[in-house]
Amino acid sequence: MPIENVDTDQIIPARFLKATERKGFGDNLFRDWRYNSDDTPKEHFVLNNPIYSGQILVGGKNFGSGSSREHAAWAVYDYGFRCVVSSFFADIFRNNCLNIGVLPVQVSPEFLDKIFTAIEADPKAELEVNLPEQKITILATGESESFDINGYKKQNMLNGFDDIDYLLNIKNDIEQFAGNTPL
Amino acid sequence: MSKTLFDKVWDSHVVQHIENGPDVLFIDRHLVHEVTSPVAFLGLKNRGIKVLYPERTFATADHNTPTRNQHLPVKDKLSANQLRALEENSKAHNIPYWGLGHKKNGIVHVIGPENGITVPGATIVCGDSHTSTHGAFGAIAFGIGTSEVEMVLSTQCIMQPKPKRMRINVDGALSKAVTPKDVALFIISQLTTSGATGYFVEYAGEVFRNMSMEGRMTVCNLSIEMGARGGMIAPDEKTFDYIKGREYTPKGQDWDTAMEYWKTLYSDDDAVFDKELSFNASDIEPMITYGTNPGMGMGIQKYIPLAEAVEGGVATYKKSLEYMDFNEGEAMIGKPIDFVFLGSCTNGRIEDFRAFASIIKGKKKADHVTAWLVPGSHQVEAAIREEGILDILQEAGFELREPGCSACLAMNDDKIPAGKYAVSTSNRNFEGRQGPGARTLLASPLVAAAAAVTGKVTDPRELMEEAFA
Repeated sequence: MPIENVDTDQIIPARFLKATERKGFGDNLFRDWRYNSDDTPKEHFVLNNPIYSGQILVGGKNFGSGSSREHAAWAVYDYGFRCVVSSFFADIFRNNCLNIGVLPVQVSPEFLDKIFTAIEADPKAELEVNLPEQKITILATGESESFDINGYKKQNMLNGFDDIDYLLNIKNDIEQFAGNTPL
Repeated sequence: MSKTLFDKVWDSHVVQHIENGPDVLFIDRHLVHEVTSPVAFLGLKNRGIKVLYPERTFATADHNTPTRNQHLPVKDKLSANQLRALEENSKAHNIPYWGLGHKKNGIVHVIGPENGITVPGATIVCGDSHTSTHGAFGAIAFGIGTSEVEMVLSTQCIMQPKPKRMRINVDGALSKAVTPKDVALFIISQLTTSGATGYFVEYAGEVFRNMSMEGRMTVCNLSIEMGARGGMIAPDEKTFDYIKGREYTPKGQDWDTAMEYWKTLYSDDDAVFDKELSFNASDIEPMITYGTNPGMGMGIQKYIPLAEAVEGGVATYKKSLEYMDFNEGEAMIGKPIDFVFLGSCTNGRIEDFRAFASIIKGKKKADHVTAWLVPGSHQVEAAIREEGILDILQEAGFELREPGCSACLAMNDDKIPAGKYAVSTSNRNFEGRQGPGARTLLASPLVAAAAAVTGKVTDPRELMEEAFA
């Protein structure tokens, strides 16, 4: 998806945020880019082209800007993606992804171009993301680049822990802090 | 060591610093609304835990509410279900809930300051990106996702790396008809929608010092639209005057103690910012957007830039203009419009209604324009009546709706139809933001008012000259 500034209103439009449980959001991922107003699929949209498949979504610069809705990350996950690659992510979207088990991989603009070129040359071109080694590779060409992730989040992702587990473990410290902090 | 305003507030809330990881940040006050909270409450239920500090938590219904007939049951079943969920969750966890019909109900970022929940030096979060609004009071305030809402409900903390610091200075005098909204849209047009990503912004300089609290809220509100985590302004006498005596602000001795602390909340003279930008107030005109992100804005008299002249991908730019059905090089002035929306957490406060009324007074709404005027809260609504603004609106052929987020995100029935143009005082002009296929032109309440009476994009200065002629 070589489009820049993909905002969370495109990823999941507001009218689909009325649920009280986290399920079914994948059906409405990129709803208005994916479907016509009569719910027929838009032929030219990338997700409607069966030649593309996989668990890695590659997007243009400034992916996930706009609203804080975690529903956007849920929709990406629920559709089947486990990793989003871009040359730049909006802050809240990046956090939301890390908190729910979608890995945001930020690459250089040059490397993003190489990925898009490889996909253009062969829509079945494969990408490999290696979290322990923090490395992303275009398998067809062997080109790779390393990516950053903070060590704490990396361990959480690899071990399936979340922040609340961590925070509940230091609850005494938090309560002591709160006691010294007036309302 | 010298510190920035942001450092002072952030550092005083760090419970724990994790090496090569985030800070554990204590949150003073947590605002909750119906859309981003139900899954978080479900998480607490699954873990078998309660909200740790209900007295630091406040709930309201705003995103998914009708702006007409709020006394009747909500017709949309999914919306009604979501509202019921918040009411039940609030009750189960002892959280004050200001639902539909409650006199304190309104848009979460309007009622926070109104009720004194927002105070200088506090950390404030909400599952909504425009939480940055509260930074106008010298608080650190930012939007969070639902996983983080669950964290704050259960532990009153979030875990985030400390953002970098940016200062944006605007000095000089603003020209006629240039409002805080224009200042913000101007800055975003200079920085683009990702220009401040990774930063927490402090707004400084003459323009912000002279700005009202309402204006400062508008500016801080839009910080997220340039990618910033949040924005803040050092508190001053104007800030203290605004919050004094409000329900949740400290009283008596506590007020004096708080004031001593609040008066230390400014960036030290030699404090270092990771990035610092300066603009001249005189370069700012009344602004309008022509594209599909808030960075695509320009002075209302200017022409839509050519694709080659803009930063970023040409394909993305052309896709955006195609969606708007605009062409490069065209003027915005004179373009016909169909809808006007006055409201939202950006421009739904009393000052915005005063500005709108100043333009439409003695004129008539253009026949073909549908106008939705939605106050940010019942308190704003009451002020509109008390100040006689309602009479001015009605005489000009406008009606006032009931408070809520409304057409800003079009979760309720207030949707702009496909292909129609709306001049909107809200914060986002993304594709479909105000309804599938809707086309949004972001602008100030003055520009919105000028469009409402002329039926086309109009420079408000022309109408102001008429008024003074």
